[in-house]
Amino acid sequence: MIIPRMIMKNAFRRKVRTSLTIFAMAIAILAFGLLRTVITTWYLGLEISSASRLITRNAVSLIFPLPLSYYDKIRHTLGVREVSYGSWFGGIYISEKNLFASFAVEPKSYLDLYPEIVLSGPQKADFIRDRRGFIAGRKLSERFGWHLGDVVTLKGTIYPGNWDFVLRGIYKGRDKNIDETQFIFHWDYLNETVKKTFPSMADQVGFYLIGLTDSHMSADVAVEVDKMFKNSPAETLTETEKAFIMGFISMIEAIVTVIQVVSFVVIIIILAVVANTMAMTTRERIGEYAVLKTLGYSGLNIATLIMGEAFVISFLGSLLGIVFTFPVAHYFSTALGTYFPVFYVKSSTVLFDLGVAAIVGVAAAVIPIRQAIHIRIADGLRRIG
Amino acid sequence: MNMDKTPPIVEIRNVSKSYRRGSIPIPVLTDITFDIAKSEFLAIMGPSGSGKSTLLNLIAGIDHADTGSIIVGGQDITDMTETELARWRSGNVGFIFQFYNLIPVLTAFENVDLPLHLTGLSKRQRREHVEMALHMVNLDDRLDHYPGQLSGGEQQRVAIARAVVIDPVILVADEPTGDLDRKSAEDVLNLMERLNTELKKTIIMVTHDPHAAQRARVMKHLEKGVFNSI
Repeated sequence: MIIPRMIMKNAFRRKVRTSLTIFAMAIAILAFGLLRTVITTWYLGLEISSASRLITRNAVSLIFPLPLSYYDKIRHTLGVREVSYGSWFGGIYISEKNLFASFAVEPKSYLDLYPEIVLSGPQKADFIRDRRGFIAGRKLSERFGWHLGDVVTLKGTIYPGNWDFVLRGIYKGRDKNIDETQFIFHWDYLNETVKKTFPSMADQVGFYLIGLTDSHMSADVAVEVDKMFKNSPAETLTETEKAFIMGFISMIEAIVTVIQVVSFVVIIIILAVVANTMAMTTRERIGEYAVLKTLGYSGLNIATLIMGEAFVISFLGSLLGIVFTFPVAHYFSTALGTYFPVFYVKSSTVLFDLGVAAIVGVAAAVIPIRQAIHIRIADGLRRIG
Repeated sequence: MNMDKTPPIVEIRNVSKSYRRGSIPIPVLTDITFDIAKSEFLAIMGPSGSGKSTLLNLIAGIDHADTGSIIVGGQDITDMTETELARWRSGNVGFIFQFYNLIPVLTAFENVDLPLHLTGLSKRQRREHVEMALHMVNLDDRLDHYPGQLSGGEQQRVAIARAVVIDPVILVADEPTGDLDRKSAEDVLNLMERLNTELKKTIIMVTHDPHAAQRARVMKHLEKGVFNSI
């Protein structure tokens, strides 16, 4: 067909201009893709959160602990299958730049409640058996070159002092959404040491994790648990894992909103760039479009030519941008692993990029098409020569 | 009025046309009535602004008259919509422009093939038609050349091949030699003359050039929107 051939030839008639526009589009899509990835990364925790898990924390704030004595009461609440507990440790490895998520947990129940953490049978048994043992995510152990049996010392920030641990297991995520940068060790080890050094902080936990017999009972169980500790010195707030994570995200919602706005501003800018290219192109070719109309080509044919050219430019730029996004995202994942433990380009982001390319292609062509279709043939022919 | 016994291929009745400059109407053609016989070679002459190109545009169906009627090949094109006119032009009118107006990204072959894409011809049939048209204008060896690789005269011959390839009812030519040197202009006029005498094509040519106009069989002179001599 002559129209597709003309579209391709027209697109590369002004090679420098087209190449620069494609490059600009690629950079915009790269920026858009990375910003979208940052946003999806923040919401990743929501996707992997389980509907059959609840988190109980101090009703005043997460930074206030709860007594360990709540364990038995929660465990015997109707609808509760399993209970685990833990505390945020906040350890530093060698220097402050090596900050990662470190938790003290009751290991057996915790691993039962989190089947997403995949650990081999022997490693799991070794970890549970050794009170000074810890497990680390694959990425974390790779980052610091830790091997099984290695002794690793963390400097406590909440619990002062140097804490020695023995690496007993390296876990993998069940899927790639799972954070593989965590450091998990025995709550008992923490508590025993705290009993000696800071007795007032002993027998207290940061949170309880509740596994339900039936996910439909989450609301009832949450109400029941909180009711048990009403008017106690440490009232509780029990919520689903999803609500708990959403609470964290809402703290940084303004930042997420700004990133979303910036990502769309990038698209508006590139839309203006492509639209400008198409406007210049159409102005230059208005005589040719008049000739085609003279020969009997319809307005739809002319629109197809212009729209097709805009699509070629926006899609080539978009594809180039998508190709760039993967290595750049990988670099970000490596360089910013502390802030974004899980950072990868989702297929939905790629589809979003292609959708943006389609929108840019259509929007950039609208005004030029209008001009080309509505110009009188005689006026168009007069522009030649 | 044309007194030829053959029925007219173009019938123009009381056609007027004006353009607006702001709110002021500027009359371009005033109550024009005339016929063009089948297989005629008509030259329309006149000074700039006399309305000759406007008249050609009306006959070719690329502009609408304000009043009057235009019948070409038995079809009244006066009240056709833009879409109907486009369809009509694609099968009935061959255009030759002053600046050739070839599409620069298409080869000579593809330029001539352009109007045939609007017909129902197969690819093989189109190829035969294009090769025949380019053979007729002596450009068999330039099929794969782009307009930029051809001289002005050659480009105009490609444009003529593009105009005749659909076997149109009328050929309209707006200053076809206006951008050519004397030798190329002579070649183009010879070609148009051959189209008229050998293939019996009806040609309506607008020109400033008296030498070109002399090659036509009928000459009309337009001034201030009215014919003042035949």
